[in-house]
Formats: sequence, structure tokens, C-alpha cells
Amino acid sequence: MTNSPYLLKPASVQSVMLRVLLALLPGIAAYVWFFGPAILVQIALTSVTALAAEALILYLRKKPLKIFLTDGSALVTAWLIALTFPSIAPWWLTVLGTLLAIIVVKHLYGGLGQNPFNPAMVAFALMIVAYPQLMSQWPAAGFTDFAAQWQAIFGARQLDAITMATPLDALRTVLRDPEQRRMIAGLLGSNATFGNIGGRGWEWVALGYLTGGLWLLQQRIITWHMPVAFLAMLLAISATFGLYDPTRFAGPGLHLFTGGAMLAAFFIVTDPVSGATTPKGKLIFAAGVAVLTWIIRSFGAYPDGIAFAVLLMNIAAPLIDRYTQPPVFGRKQKDGGA
Amino acid sequence: MISKLFNFKGGVKPASHKDESANTPIVVAPLPSQLIIPLRQSARAMAHCLVEPGQIVLKGEMIAAAEGPMGTAVHAPTSGTVRAIEPQPVPHPSGLPAPSIVIDPDGNDRWIELKPFDYRSATAEQTRNYLRDSGIVGLGGAGFPSHVKLGPGEKGIETLILNGAECEPWITCDDRLMRERADMILAGALIMRHVTGARRILVGIEDNKPQAVASMRAAAEKLAEPEVEVVPVPTRYPAGGEKQLIRVLTGIEIPYGKLGTHYGVQCFNVGSAHAVYRAITHGEPLISRVLTLSGNMAKPGNFEVRIGTPIGELLALAEPRADTDRYLMGGPMMGVTLLSLDNPVVKGTNCILAGSPALFPPPPPEMPCIRCGACALACPAELQPFELYWFSRARIFGKAQEYKLFDCIECGCCSYVCPSRIPLVDYFRFAKGEIWAREKEKAAADIARERYEFRLAREEREKLEKAAKLAAKTAAGRQKAATAPTETDNPVTSPEEDAKKALIAAALERVRAQQVETQPENTADLTPEQLAEITAIEQRRAEIREMAKPHLRQDD
Repeated sequence: MTNSPYLLKPASVQSVMLRVLLALLPGIAAYVWFFGPAILVQIALTSVTALAAEALILYLRKKPLKIFLTDGSALVTAWLIALTFPSIAPWWLTVLGTLLAIIVVKHLYGGLGQNPFNPAMVAFALMIVAYPQLMSQWPAAGFTDFAAQWQAIFGARQLDAITMATPLDALRTVLRDPEQRRMIAGLLGSNATFGNIGGRGWEWVALGYLTGGLWLLQQRIITWHMPVAFLAMLLAISATFGLYDPTRFAGPGLHLFTGGAMLAAFFIVTDPVSGATTPKGKLIFAAGVAVLTWIIRSFGAYPDGIAFAVLLMNIAAPLIDRYTQPPVFGRKQKDGGA
Repeated sequence: MISKLFNFKGGVKPASHKDESANTPIVVAPLPSQLIIPLRQSARAMAHCLVEPGQIVLKGEMIAAAEGPMGTAVHAPTSGTVRAIEPQPVPHPSGLPAPSIVIDPDGNDRWIELKPFDYRSATAEQTRNYLRDSGIVGLGGAGFPSHVKLGPGEKGIETLILNGAECEPWITCDDRLMRERADMILAGALIMRHVTGARRILVGIEDNKPQAVASMRAAAEKLAEPEVEVVPVPTRYPAGGEKQLIRVLTGIEIPYGKLGTHYGVQCFNVGSAHAVYRAITHGEPLISRVLTLSGNMAKPGNFEVRIGTPIGELLALAEPRADTDRYLMGGPMMGVTLLSLDNPVVKGTNCILAGSPALFPPPPPEMPCIRCGACALACPAELQPFELYWFSRARIFGKAQEYKLFDCIECGCCSYVCPSRIPLVDYFRFAKGEIWAREKEKAAADIARERYEFRLAREEREKLEKAAKLAAKTAAGRQKAATAPTETDNPVTSPEEDAKKALIAAALERVRAQQVETQPENTADLTPEQLAEITAIEQRRAEIREMAKPHLRQDD
């Protein structure tokens, strides 16, 4: 027998996850357009790997296969891994990353809803530490030759010819070399690498993520707090330092429209399981990720710092939640009142 | 005029299903074959039975009197014979039977002599007592005694709110009452205003009931009374929750544990106002109410039903469909499943809802919480239900209370929106129940301990007093003996005195022994396994000592 309420809204974890996947499509479309179909191969690879790993672990944990395999959560992790890894990374790199994410980060911590860290970000962080070279080879914009990309993913050797430095990589190289520093302002114009705002091709992918993210907002899958706090903080800090010393710091256009910033704002920082949950907590969490991202991007050893920033804030999430519990109904003031 | 409405956070918008019964006028239900009237009609008190089996009663006759500050009277809903006073199944989640008066109607439906109550020349207290003896309780569902809510409280009542929001899906009894008997509802409200000395009356009605709003507005205009206002409020469940409606109309938020009177505002269901009118103006006690029969029924509708009517007999009026698999009392968000159709209609019964697998499909399997926060967005009490869920599930009840578990009004919004299909409210009900049980146990243990300590202290005091008395007596005796001229040389202590001293020493020793006994031994809290282990160890030790004995002797 069940108790009240007897009426339930037609909602499910599956529908939440499927809508997240749907919201990724515009970004993926732009990705394919500018960087070729390799990303689709990677998505297929990570998806199959994630589902297989999920099935294996569910079997070992004696959990119902059908419910958890179809909930879509493994697919979201898989797609985020594919989208954050270089699309021409060798197949075993993404497969290894996915296995780590699903088996270690998700299931060894208790499975769906229990993982303290964002699985896709742990995969990214571990792989970039272990294989910095392979994790930094990105396809050049406009290079969409499927056969060559296929060769890069499944072939024995890497094709240097088709890779190109991402804007953040280029930025790092430039910043490391005092001679080139003064060129940075010029770089940010219309350069082959930097495109119009955030890098050729990448800015369109970012726009795709933004579109999908806004749709998630409209669908109430996510709330405004995280994307707004993350983007606003990244904007504020990069604008401040960009204005203060444009020869040493990149401006907000680059920071917001390159790398994973838009993907992070709407799809990664917003992961409810590993993030903060209170309204105020979400603001602090996302702003914290933005600050750490900017610091790592500007001073760190790795080109993009989002993964590390997210993981660092994941650690702080329970504490943030604890100290940002919103007042409940009737307890906002001492004496009720309006 | 109300210049602006306030908002309450959270809430949900389930399909209303109101059209199914909103357009059928209130029909008086026929006299049932028997009436079962539970003695517990108001929220927190049981009435004191006044009749005996075999006694003939008239319609409206008081058959049970109010007892205690929260008690209200109970009356015969028709004329007939009291067949029995016995436990009967009642609509309560526990399913436990409760003492009830069973009446066989004689079919004449003969009233007692009805006298209106002149509330204008009575004091407020007299009017409240009259309403208590007329059995008036809140008809919104909770059944809180109205005379208590009409009391002066700390600050007095400034605003009287009539709750006509009726936010639960399917239920339309208040809607019909407002459409058909708006004059009487407002007349009742004016009486309540007189009793409480309130300045203004606000009638809150969800804006999905335009006819009710129009009817109430017309009635309010006809009254030509100052500060009586009918206010449509946005339709969003649970807008009819007392605290939510007060918030929407006045902006005042009443926290858990506080009453409206602390804030100068009090809220009554429109049905309660109607019942007050009938009691005061016509002298009719509360023996019937309007309720909705709806859901999986061929002819849903609204009926004026006698309290005590067996629900099974009532259902035929609305013709439940063949695939009905359950009946709910109340709405789909907060109602309870009826465990038996022998359950009678009570004063809080506002709806009987027929459910079917199509209307209320069994919930899909429960998934883990993904902390998506949908429940927090939906919670009108502004809690973080998913946090409460973790704590309730893990039985960390202290934390659950810290996160304001008891501010939960069990409206069901969180369960309604949860994508993981977690029956959150069930977890909260479980946690509250456990906490109550523990508090009760603790209170009982505290009382027992205090009593025991008191007894010990008293016994000791008595013994010491006795001893002191004895000593004084002996001393007096000795003095007498000393002053009296005697030849015998008294020894310092007589054998008699020695005996008494020994007695005192023994008494003190007993007290000390008792005190030692009350000290917990360190083995008191051990499990049987641990005790068994200790015994085994002791045994081994004894064996070793036995074995060692000959050697020791040799050494000697």
C-alpha cells in the first residue's frame, strides 16, 4: 500500500538525463562542423564503454540492470568525457578515462547519486596528469578529414600534421615567452588560432553549449545560479586582470568562449550530485570554480584548469551546503512578519 | 482593499480535476441504515459519552460532551436508538478502531427543540462555549476545535481569514458551498468577527473558482459591512494550506509551533464559518457536512452528509466504476487510504476519492537521490527535503531536527516532483514518528527515574527522622532516669539503648546498600554474548587458580 501523495508528476531520472543529452546536441553539431566527425566516434566509444562498465558493476553489486542502465546517467558522463577529451585522442585513452569514471569514481563511491566527485572531471584530471602529451593534441579547425581522424584514433601513431594548439595552449606558450608577451593583444584579433572571440571554431561550439544550456534552464533541469555565478565571476576576474595588464592576461572573450567554459557553466558545474545544492551555496560553488579556473589557466601548469577547479570545489561542496542552509518558512525574522 | 498579494515559495500545479464535480449542486444524502459516530471528532480530544445503549435520542441531541480544553461535543445526526457504544473502525492511517456511538435511525429524523443563540448579548467566552457544545471543529480536514481558535490569544485577532482556496485536486465541496450558501458563510464570518473583535475579514479563494468568487463577492456587497473582502489567489497547491494562505493574503509567515493568534491573524475554513452560522442562528449543532465524491466515479458530485454515515453506503450515490481499487479520504496529495468502507464520515471528511490503477498508477521503483533539488524548489515550507531524506533514511534524527524536520507540513509537493520517485513524505512521517516515540520513552524514563530518586530520598529522610526521634526519646528517658533518685548505678549505656543504636546503624546501612545498588554496574549494559564471554573467562581463571593451588602449597 502506498501513502499520500498518490498523484505523481510524470518525472524520472531518465527524463532529466535524456534532456541533458539533448541539450548537448547543438554544441556537438558545431563540433562536428568545425572539427570533423571524430567527436562522434569518441562519443560512441565512451557511450559503449560506459554502458558496459555500468552493466558489469551493476551485475557485481547485484543491482537491477534495466532500471540503472536506462537511467541515462552513464551516458551523460560518457558524453562529457568525449566532449572534454581531445576528439583525436587515441581510443584507449578515452576508454580508460571512461572506465575510471564509471567504475572508480561513480560506483566505488556508491553509484548513482553517491559520488562526491564529478566522474568526467576526475577522468579528465587523471588522464591529463598521466598523458599530458596525448591530452593536449587537438584537431585543427577546418580539418575534418574523417579517414585521417580515424587513423589518429585507432592508428598506431599520432599524426602531428592534423593537430593544432588550442587557444589556451597558444596563450600559455605566449605567456611563457616574455618576448612574445607584447603580442598577446594582437593575437586576440583575427588569428588562425584565436578566431574572432575565443578561437576559431571553438567559439561556435561554445555558442552551441550556451544554446543547449539556456534550454536546460527553460526546462528547469538546472537553475540560473550556477551558470550565472560561474560566467559572471570568470568575466569579472578576466576583465579586471585583462584591463590591468593586457600583455600578461587574456581578456574575458577568450576565457568565456574557449576551452570548456560554456560546457562547464551549463553541464559540468551544474552536476547536482557532486556540487552544492542551496541557492547561496550554488553561487559560491560556481564562483569558486570560476576563480580557480582562472588561476590555473593563468598561472598553472596545465592549459585548462576547469577539471581541477571543479574537483577542488567538489571537496568543499558539503561544507558550503552546511553553512548556506536557507532559512525555512516563518523563520527568516525573529517575529514572522512580512 | 488589499493592494497586493504576497507569494509563497514552492508549490506545484497538478491537474485540478475540479470540473468533474464542480458543476453538480449539493444534494442531501439519504438517511443511512446506521450511523457510527466516533467520540474523537476534534483533533486532539475525545468526547465524554453521555448516552447508554438502548437510549432513544433525537436529532441534534448531545450524545457526548466536550472534555478538556481541546474537547468539543458530539451530537446525534438523526433521531433513533443508541445500539451500542463500542470500538469501531475509523478513518485514520493507523487503522485502529476507536470508541464510537452506533445509532439505529428511526426514520423520523426528529429534531430537538432548536433555539438560536443570542451572541450579541453573550460574552465572547459564552459564545465560544456554545460553539464548543455545538461541536464546531475546523471542516478543512484537520478538525481543530473552532472555539479554541476563536480565543483571544496574546495580541488579539486583527484579521480573520476565510479559507476557500480548496487547493487539492478533485475536491469541490467548498466551491459548491461558496456558490450556493455564500450569505450563510459570510454571516458565520461576521459572528466570528464579533467574537474575536477582528477588524477585517479576508476570503481567499483560488482563482480557478470564478463562480465561487463572484458568488461570495455578491454576498459581501449585499452585506454592506466594512472591511469584508473576497480575494482571488493564484491557483497553486498548497495555496489552501493555512500558513500559505495567511502568507499570500497578509505577508505574515507563521513558523512551526506558533499559532495565528501570535500574529493577530486567524484562519477558518469556509465550511466552518457556515457551521458557525447554523449553530448560532438556527441552533443546529454540527451533525452534517458537505463533501465531494469524485475520482473514478460515474456520477461525481457534492453531498450534504450526516456525520457517522458509513462510507460504503454513501458511495452508491456517485456510482464508482468497476476498476476502482481503493478509496481515499481527502485529496490525492494529503488524503489517507480507507482501510475499510465501514469507516464513517467524520467532521473532517471533505472528500471520498475513488482511485484506479489508471488514476493513481503504482509508483515506479525508487531510484537513488541525485540531489537535483527539485524537492527544495517545490517545498512550500522552504525546507531542503533531500537533506532531510538523507538524515531520515540514515536515522540521524538529531540532524533531521536541526534541518527543521518538524516544519514539514507533509503537503506532498516533494514526493510529487521527485524524479527519483522517492516517497519523501513517507520518510519524514517515519522520522517524526520515531522521534516522537523516543521523546515519549525518554519522558517516561525521566519520570520513572525522578520518582525512584524521590522515593529513595524520602525513605532515607524518614529513617533518619525516625532514628533522630528515637535518639531524642532515649535521651529524654535517660535524663528522666538521671534526675530521678535511684540507687542503681546506671551504666553509661543501657542494653536497651545499645539495641536502639544498632537499629539506627542497621537502617543507615540499608540506605547505603540501596544507594550502592542503584549505581549501575559496569556489566549492566552488556549483551548476552558479552556476559557469556565474561563468565567463560571467569571460569578459566578459576580453573587456573585451582591448578595453581598445589604449587602454592608446595611453595609454602
